[in-house]
Amino acid sequence: MSPVEPPVTSPTDLAAAYAALADPVSAAGRARPIAGGTDLMVALTGELGAPPATVVDLWRLDSLRGITLDGDVLVLGALTTYTDIRRSTTCGEHLPALVQAAMTIGAAQIQNRGTLGGNIANASPAGDTLPVLLAADASFILGSVRGEREVPAEAFWTGYRQTALAPDELVLRIRIPLRSGREMRFRKVGTRRAQSISKVVLGLAWRDHGEMPDTTGPPGAWRDVRLALGSVAATPIRARATEAVLEGRFPTPETADLAATTLADELHPIDDVRSTAEYRRLVAARIVHRLIREAGGW
Amino acid sequence: MTTYHLTVNGAPAEVDVPGMRRLLDVLREDLALTGTKEGCGEGECGACTVLLDGAPVDACLVPVCQADRGDIRTVEGLAAPASSPGAPAALDPLQAAFLVTGGAQCGICTPGMLMAGRAYLDAGGGPDHDAIREAIAGNLCRCTGYTKIVEAIALVAGAHP
Amino acid sequence: MTTRTESLHALVVAPGTIAPGRVRPAPPRRREGPAKLTGTALYTDDIVVPGAWYGATLRSADPHATFIALDLDPAFDWSRVCVVTAADIPGENVVSSIKSDQPILVPIGGTIRHHAEPLALLAAPDRSTLREARGRVTARTVALPGVFDPLESDHTFASYTIGAGDDIEAAMARAEIVLEGEYRVGHQEQLYIENNAMIAVPTEGGGVTVTGSLQCPYYLHAALKRGLGLDDAAARVIQAETGGGFGGKEEFPSVIGLHAALLARKAQKPVRMIYDRHEDISATTKRHPAIVRHRTGVTADGRLVAQDIEIIMDGGAYCTLTPVVLSRGALHAGGPYRCPDVRIRARATRTNTPPNGAFRGFGAPQTEFAAEVHLDRLAERLGLSPLDIRRRNLYHPGDITPTGQVLRDSVAAEEVLERAAEASEFVRLRARTADARRRRAGSGSLPGSALRTDRERRASGIGLALAWHGAGFTGSGEIKLASVASIELTADGRVRVLTAATEMGQGTNTIFPQLVGEALGIPDDAIDLAPPDTAEVPDSGPTVASRTAMVVGGLLIKAARRLRGTVEAATGGSFAETAADYARQHGPTRIDQKFEPYPDSTTFDDELYRGDAYPAFGWAACVVQVDVDLDTGEVQVNEVVAADDVGHVIHPVLAEGQVEGGTLQAIGYATIEEIKLRDGRYLNDRLATYIIPTALDAPRISTILVEAPFHAAPHGAKGIGELPMDVGAPAVVAAIADATGVWITDLPASPERILAALTGRPDVAGPRPGESEPALPPAR
Ligand SMILES: Cc1cc2nc3c(=O)[nH]c(=O)nc-3n(C[C@H](O)[C@H](O)[C@H](O)COP(=O)(O)OP(=O)(O)OC[C@H]3O[C@@H](n4cnc5c(N)ncnc54)[C@H](O)[C@@H]3O)c2cc1C
Ligand code: FES
Ligand code: FES
Repeated sequence: MSPVEPPVTSPTDLAAAYAALADPVSAAGRARPIAGGTDLMVALTGELGAPPATVVDLWRLDSLRGITLDGDVLVLGALTTYTDIRRSTTCGEHLPALVQAAMTIGAAQIQNRGTLGGNIANASPAGDTLPVLLAADASFILGSVRGEREVPAEAFWTGYRQTALAPDELVLRIRIPLRSGREMRFRKVGTRRAQSISKVVLGLAWRDHGEMPDTTGPPGAWRDVRLALGSVAATPIRARATEAVLEGRFPTPETADLAATTLADELHPIDDVRSTAEYRRLVAARIVHRLIREAGGW
Repeated sequence: MTTYHLTVNGAPAEVDVPGMRRLLDVLREDLALTGTKEGCGEGECGACTVLLDGAPVDACLVPVCQADRGDIRTVEGLAAPASSPGAPAALDPLQAAFLVTGGAQCGICTPGMLMAGRAYLDAGGGPDHDAIREAIAGNLCRCTGYTKIVEAIALVAGAHP
Repeated sequence: MTTRTESLHALVVAPGTIAPGRVRPAPPRRREGPAKLTGTALYTDDIVVPGAWYGATLRSADPHATFIALDLDPAFDWSRVCVVTAADIPGENVVSSIKSDQPILVPIGGTIRHHAEPLALLAAPDRSTLREARGRVTARTVALPGVFDPLESDHTFASYTIGAGDDIEAAMARAEIVLEGEYRVGHQEQLYIENNAMIAVPTEGGGVTVTGSLQCPYYLHAALKRGLGLDDAAARVIQAETGGGFGGKEEFPSVIGLHAALLARKAQKPVRMIYDRHEDISATTKRHPAIVRHRTGVTADGRLVAQDIEIIMDGGAYCTLTPVVLSRGALHAGGPYRCPDVRIRARATRTNTPPNGAFRGFGAPQTEFAAEVHLDRLAERLGLSPLDIRRRNLYHPGDITPTGQVLRDSVAAEEVLERAAEASEFVRLRARTADARRRRAGSGSLPGSALRTDRERRASGIGLALAWHGAGFTGSGEIKLASVASIELTADGRVRVLTAATEMGQGTNTIFPQLVGEALGIPDDAIDLAPPDTAEVPDSGPTVASRTAMVVGGLLIKAARRLRGTVEAATGGSFAETAADYARQHGPTRIDQKFEPYPDSTTFDDELYRGDAYPAFGWAACVVQVDVDLDTGEVQVNEVVAADDVGHVIHPVLAEGQVEGGTLQAIGYATIEEIKLRDGRYLNDRLATYIIPTALDAPRISTILVEAPFHAAPHGAKGIGELPMDVGAPAVVAAIADATGVWITDLPASPERILAALTGRPDVAGPRPGESEPALPPAR
């Protein structure tokens, strides 16, 4: 069906954006923000759920752009596009897994418009940056007329396409603590090589004792293990049982077997139009097995 | 309705339309530039690709409010306009290359392909086929198998070392 | 392919003409290329029609139901919109096709047979009124139980038996080895990038002119006459620039064209009926899913002794072209191989899913996929190479097909196979992949558990396939069709070609002037093409079955030769020099050339399925190299060598384009294109879920064009459009098997199916083609 054209305002400062979003008496109903529009514009036909009644355009909020280092925290504005991430030497140096994720999203046209904030707020279980953000212990700065607050990524996605955002609240910035000795791997299994939605996507992070001044123990053992996955549950998730069995272990064949088995038990994906539950479970486990194999060099 | 100021193929254009109207509809319906095509309306096919401030975007996913004061290039802006009425238009080298290699069959993906290819060339892209394939991966073609499209872009890229 | 190195900068081109002032390189550039490249070509949705209304189709949501009533919300002002129901149809409520089973709109009290079935039509002066009106109409229905499995259906659209009958058991008993196998393929969407689109304009006296995206103007013309009760002149069909068809715009345009025309006639306004992608995928025809069973007997040295083949195709809810698709599928089911005893039994049944229809290859890709994979499995069983088993069995001149047709000339199975194998270094590469497979198996690191990975992550494989494809219509089709193509010498001395053959990217507009120009001895750019408009051009038959170059092109050459003869006899000079004088003296001259049966062809018996099924066959071989990710089952197709025999190459660039495009469509079919169904509804009904290959998924394709001319056609051409579609999928599956050691019997050979086979866990694969997805779990 042809798309609807709801009313839109294009504020140029945050206060005006907050006010537009907070206006509860707009006759047409609550306003929805639009960033790059690569998810929201698709909703305008109304075939995939009710289209927004009114829209607040964030595109001119330049304070939400930019990739910077704040001490040992990497800070990305919510309007950072995938193209920005790919071009950022800061990201390339400190969080290459995020660059890898950005490279797999859509293709050039989508990467030029789609934003990190949009990926987060859209809350699709298949959002490709989300496992990276989870595995990197990211947190999000949210803002509204009531002020700003920080929510850890872990607590952000509360249910299928549901988030901790209040209806009038915006994602402003993404903060990612940089940890010494952290290794991170990203892997996406999609439907094809571009313009591809994930069947399984995951981020695996760990710290190697040898690189860490603050721990003791044999070099090579894994610490602070994070395993985050997308497209295997109603939200992006952390696989805590698998993390627990990996914690403190060496990347040996036994560890890989144990992690793969634990992960397969821990996941409860579903069949859908893109893949089967069993494929997702199996592939997630095999990828983790492979990553441990590669890290262990056996 | 709001008035939006665009530069389309180098010429100023003013439209008085709802801000959430898709740039695609503004081009095709309000500005009668039907060279830009709609294949899906969902960002999947790239037939609607135009350059917005030099970057390829899917015009079906950009509300016109976000293109306000933007510089837009469409397929109609590729060939140099005819020097006199009735005279032939001078094709952009990329258009000419498509004609040579056979990069356009049914032609429906062609305007979008040309714009994605043009953006790649403008950014200094070279004749490496894999890089070209990545640059046009957001543009679906069902007729050509892509081979002759990639060849056309490589031909132009190779002509400007 | 050679690299072309022409200077590009000097090229100055006006729309509609070939570069002036330059020495023309042979072959000519695509005729409508400049218009397409500059954005001035007008596709249907680009055409501005002042005052046109917007049309929409109200569809069923039930796969099978009785249509009780259409409720219009009384609170809505219906005077602002036009509503058309079955009661408004002035002619017969039938979409004209092989059978008369499909209604244009389901009447009240009638039966709804699929979930996207049209129930009523709406038109409004603007889109927002239309949208609102759509929200105010509801269809009341009473659900009926649906049939979704073609094996469970009790309604058969068509069935055929070819060959040996009951003797097959005796023949099979003579074989030293017998192998059975079942192969399944699912739906495939044509996925032309331009969606179906029509604009209907009412004309005085109750007529209607429909302009749209279509392959066969005269199919829609016939449908309009019947459905609207119009005569030849009152129904007029014009083809707009068409953004791809692949069979998807063969018979379906009759449906959307009738709908637009009915709305225009009732509203007395022009009506635009433009599908969006979601509607196009949900409601239009697809390639028929099929189940193909083989039982094959061979000698120990790999010679075919007996083939017993059973084919079941899913026709969907209505007959459309199913009998002809099934027939072509059955006629090609044995593959291009000599076999003394063959029995082919084929049937197509009805299910409560949207009707399936024409798609490049027309039944043959389904059955030849099965034939080729089965042959490879036989080779594996016998320890023969895929190349050798084919060499031992492929058709040579003088061989006899299952219908009793003697293959006389133009048999190039061997040549395409050898050329493809040689160019791809098949033997050398396969030795290497076989070594690697053996090494992996012997490495001792075989995963003991499905959750464990092997040391090597990737495996490479190479596969080949061989196919034949009957050129032109099946059996007596061309004789019944009696197409006409015309050439006119206009009063001002120009030559004009008049056919109903349409351009949709394959190059009709470019090759016809080439063929006619050569026959007349004048340059191709001195020849004009009449617009594809039923008011101007004769019925030269549909633009399908790879028949355009062979049949219509052949008619044009004959017409041109006659015209040349007439002019040269009268003037005593060459046509090129004297045609203008002749035209001045005699006025316009038009030659109508009607199809005549090819000499030496025996007629085909449509009842017994005996005789010459096709005037000639085209031959294709394809070698594919893949990498398989052993962790995930993902396949990357890297290289393809395609060798296609097209009889005579009219235009190498266009011919290569057909091979490359068809090859990628076949690779998509083989690897990622899939429609899952639940209760007869397509789940992959958007471009975000129906996946086709992008430029990054596409392999490098090298094309070898082979010429084994068909002597009964004046130029020897046999058509090319469909050949590459037959070989791609089995070659991919063979390459996957070469890489991994597992045979995938269902298409697409998705990562899910590959991983299921690799790990021995069928639940990883999900339902087979033809099986329904499990019911949804209760909402969380
Ligand atoms: C063809 C195509 C391919 C795609 N491929 C991928 C892919 O490979 N991987 C992937 O993960 N995604 C993919 N996507 C989805 C999409 O591009 C991403 O999710 C993208 O990051 C969304 O960002 P956006 O700025 O475009 O969001 P928008 O569409 O502008 O917004 C998305 C949602 O988030 C809300 N929102 C946006 N910004 C904010 C904010 N700052 N604060 C609060 N709410 C906000 C909006 O209200 C809306 O509900 C694809 C989409 C398309 C059309
Ligand atoms: S129409 Fe915009 S991407 Fe398909
Ligand atoms: S040329 Fe037809 S889709 Fe690309």
